[in-house]
Amino acid sequence: MKFGVIVFPGSNCDDDMVHIIGQVFNQKVEKIWHKETELPNFTTEDCIIVPGGFSYGDYLRSGAIARFSPIMNAVIEHGNNGGLIFGICNGFQILCEAGLLPGALLKNNQQKYISKNIVLRVETNKRRLTQYCQTNDLLTMPVAHGDGRYYCDAETLQSLKDNDQILFRYSNSQGETTETENINGSIENIAGICNKAGNIFGMMPHPERASEQTVGLTDGQQLFMSLMELKLETAV
Amino acid sequence: MKDKVSLPDFSVAQKLGLTEDEFQKIIEILGRVPNFTELSIFSVMWSEHCSYKNSIKYLKTLPRDGGKLLVGAGEENAGLVDIGDGWACAFKIESHNHPSAIEPYQGAATGVGGIHRDIFTMGARPIAALNSLRFGDIDRPHTKHLIKGVVKGIGDYGNCLGVPTVGGEVYFRDCYNQNILVNAMSVGVVKVGETMSAVADGPGNPVFIVGSATGKDGIHGATFASADLTEDSAKDLPAVQVGDPFQEKLLLEASLEAYTTGAVIGMQDMGAAGITCSTSEMSAKSGTGMRIDLDKVPTRQSNMLPFEILLSESQERMLIVCKKGEEDKLLKVFDKWDLECELIGEVTDTGRLEFISEGEVVADVPAEPLVLGGGAPVYDRPYEEAKYYSQLIDYTESQITEPEDYIAAAEKLMSSPNLASKKWIYEQYDHTVRVNTMKTNRHADSATIRVKGTDKALAMNVDCNSTFVYADPYVGSMIAVAESARNIVCTGGKPVAITNCLNFGNPYNKEVYWQFVNAIKGMGEACRKFNTPVTGGNVSFYNQTVLPDSVEPIYPTPTIGMLGILDDVNDFLTLSFQKPGDIIVLIGENKFDLNSSEYLQWNHKISNSKAPSFSLDQEYRVQQCIIKANEDKLLESAHDISEGGLLNNLLESCHENELGVDIHRNQDIRLDSFLFGEAQSRIVVSIDKNNLQALKNICQSNSVELVELGKVTDTNIQIDNIDFGNVGKWKTLYNEVIEQKLD
Repeated sequence: MKFGVIVFPGSNCDDDMVHIIGQVFNQKVEKIWHKETELPNFTTEDCIIVPGGFSYGDYLRSGAIARFSPIMNAVIEHGNNGGLIFGICNGFQILCEAGLLPGALLKNNQQKYISKNIVLRVETNKRRLTQYCQTNDLLTMPVAHGDGRYYCDAETLQSLKDNDQILFRYSNSQGETTETENINGSIENIAGICNKAGNIFGMMPHPERASEQTVGLTDGQQLFMSLMELKLETAV
Repeated sequence: MKDKVSLPDFSVAQKLGLTEDEFQKIIEILGRVPNFTELSIFSVMWSEHCSYKNSIKYLKTLPRDGGKLLVGAGEENAGLVDIGDGWACAFKIESHNHPSAIEPYQGAATGVGGIHRDIFTMGARPIAALNSLRFGDIDRPHTKHLIKGVVKGIGDYGNCLGVPTVGGEVYFRDCYNQNILVNAMSVGVVKVGETMSAVADGPGNPVFIVGSATGKDGIHGATFASADLTEDSAKDLPAVQVGDPFQEKLLLEASLEAYTTGAVIGMQDMGAAGITCSTSEMSAKSGTGMRIDLDKVPTRQSNMLPFEILLSESQERMLIVCKKGEEDKLLKVFDKWDLECELIGEVTDTGRLEFISEGEVVADVPAEPLVLGGGAPVYDRPYEEAKYYSQLIDYTESQITEPEDYIAAAEKLMSSPNLASKKWIYEQYDHTVRVNTMKTNRHADSATIRVKGTDKALAMNVDCNSTFVYADPYVGSMIAVAESARNIVCTGGKPVAITNCLNFGNPYNKEVYWQFVNAIKGMGEACRKFNTPVTGGNVSFYNQTVLPDSVEPIYPTPTIGMLGILDDVNDFLTLSFQKPGDIIVLIGENKFDLNSSEYLQWNHKISNSKAPSFSLDQEYRVQQCIIKANEDKLLESAHDISEGGLLNNLLESCHENELGVDIHRNQDIRLDSFLFGEAQSRIVVSIDKNNLQALKNICQSNSVELVELGKVTDTNIQIDNIDFGNVGKWKTLYNEVIEQKLD
């Protein structure tokens, strides 16, 4: 299995992803420039990462321009063929804009950028990204976003629930998903979801920023190891 | 030549901020009267901001080499320090005070953008940002407006650029009511030997302008930064630049990529005085000249006059001198990043800057006389001791009423915004991007950034207690350096070098200049003691507000940005207590000293006290104890005593893990001074009880006092049998003071 990290103009978590995947988990990883139009080196076994940042400055609406980048047709095709795609933060926003994931990310309800550690409650471990977790596990990792308020209509929300597509909710350290912990005002505290088929994932928090002892947080490792289907001792 | 018809006289020069002598000197240099464009060039290059004319004499007395310095102060856009393993660190701090006072959002944003360009123009990748902010009374609506604008400006720019804002300091004092301070620092890393220089070697080599188009924003910004801030300043709005962090991100990536092509001879960012400054500094450095066709500069609007193009401070632009014949390599990189890259001229061997417009020479001036270290004026201003200085009081026990209710006194003190958590501010800054930040998840006295590909980490902080500097510019500046070093040591690092941002009032005011001269003297002494040379920085004069009937100078604020190295990431020290039962020990000397404390200022409204007692030798020895104790892995936590005294120190160490303390004052010092005093050179550590003797031995061999204070407990704050209650209560207060005022 190998990883491709898309680089849009304004992506700024691309280096972080390459570091974590390559240096911490010793997996094959390469950057893919957004002006490319194909993904010839990647099969459906592989995973395309859409990293965080401010693609095109997010001057219009987060992710709204990046979805028109040349590479996106190939990414969409990769997803439609069942290939793995994982979008984090701005990447999640882009995947929603591109229609690969349902819903949208709106401005945080407090109208401010939020950068801090939060607690996530794992809602399901039936999905690839969370398969090594237990349902109701609590994971601590940073968020850093201005437009992270997940929103979808009632019908979509019901369908997310019916199909076990809600991966994470913002929670307190007791595992309660209260309104106080709902840092950005997301609908039902939703922090991350997947598509119905379970090969495309999006989340606002940053597991790559919580995957090394050196930075003081390691909970993100569980998600990468699930995605990579690695044995526990593999991580550095 | 154009402008022949109406050559400017001195009254025009005066409006551009030049003195009569300077005007005459320009005529002498040119051998003729300058035209308006040329006069504008001299006015910005000889402004305080670009020429350092009123400060350079004293700046040269600071230690500017030695230690681990690879590039000394003033040689390049920023200093460069050897951090080992083949890596170097470039870092610098710069002010953006005046623009931020007028337009806080853009002023602060472009301050951040400008300082990062200084770093990546050297070929270093910025990996961390810090800032030092000073505001007035937080309860004033205008102050709230300024805080919100500045914080959003810093956040929006840095967050988009993807450089984590990892540290800083924020103070609130009335003297900054109108004239706030916004000092931004950038830290970057580069492989030794792969740095880029701001040179224009090789006559015939092509000169490119890259990045954003040139607009009318920021014209005469450098001159504006060098004038008193008045009520009319709000009318100067066009002098404030507008930032575009997305362009900067592209420029950052494209610039670093351009270096790898080998086609770049030299590169200089365009900050103050735009094209004028970059062309003259690069030419002067190489002893060359440049011939620039202003018609080829991409502009945002039509009909820009030559002087407007030359002086524009439009952001996110660079000047590049390319190897002749390798232009295609450069163009390819900038095309990839969708950035403009225009050929605008060439390097010449004339030593002159010739600017062409519509086929005619519109300005023709020699490069050397324009620049600092060349022919720019250097002044030695007269100074005299400030009148207030001899009237400051050394407060003794009898002059300060002891509180009857210590819990109430403590609650009052902890409600000072200067002591409260700044999380309302820093939670709007991305501090974890680039996955190097070690401090975010474990609180510490300095920000700490792991250096990928090595076992090392960089510790960094910005520090200046301007109350101390006001009370005694000489001692206060020594303390600023000492506290920076102390904060590095308390994080497990060793101090390496500093950058400084010298914020003062009007240098033509003799008392202000006295503050400046003494501050530099104290700073120099302290830097020599800690072997932390000055790698560069910035001087910001004219930080005062002219009101109808008075002039309000700021407290002299020589902000220190210090860099330290942790030889191993595992040397990292947190400030947070780790577990109940650990022993709490104070390293240093306790004595009655409430001078210049936050307690005197906030609880007693006293602002005329002397600086706290300080000895550079004692400070050095205290820091050596911490370094040794950490090498021997004796410490669980370390935190220096600063604003708010011992009580604030202890509470901050309790917060993260929600622990308590049981403290006993086994000394003959009055409790208010024991809890709230800010005598310097004191560090509180927590240790496993089995390590106490080893720590005692280290202190003894360094002739430093060790005071056993008590121990870490479950959740209660107990001091001298006074029950200060649960840590949760203090943590809530700590977290809510600023939030409640701003949300």
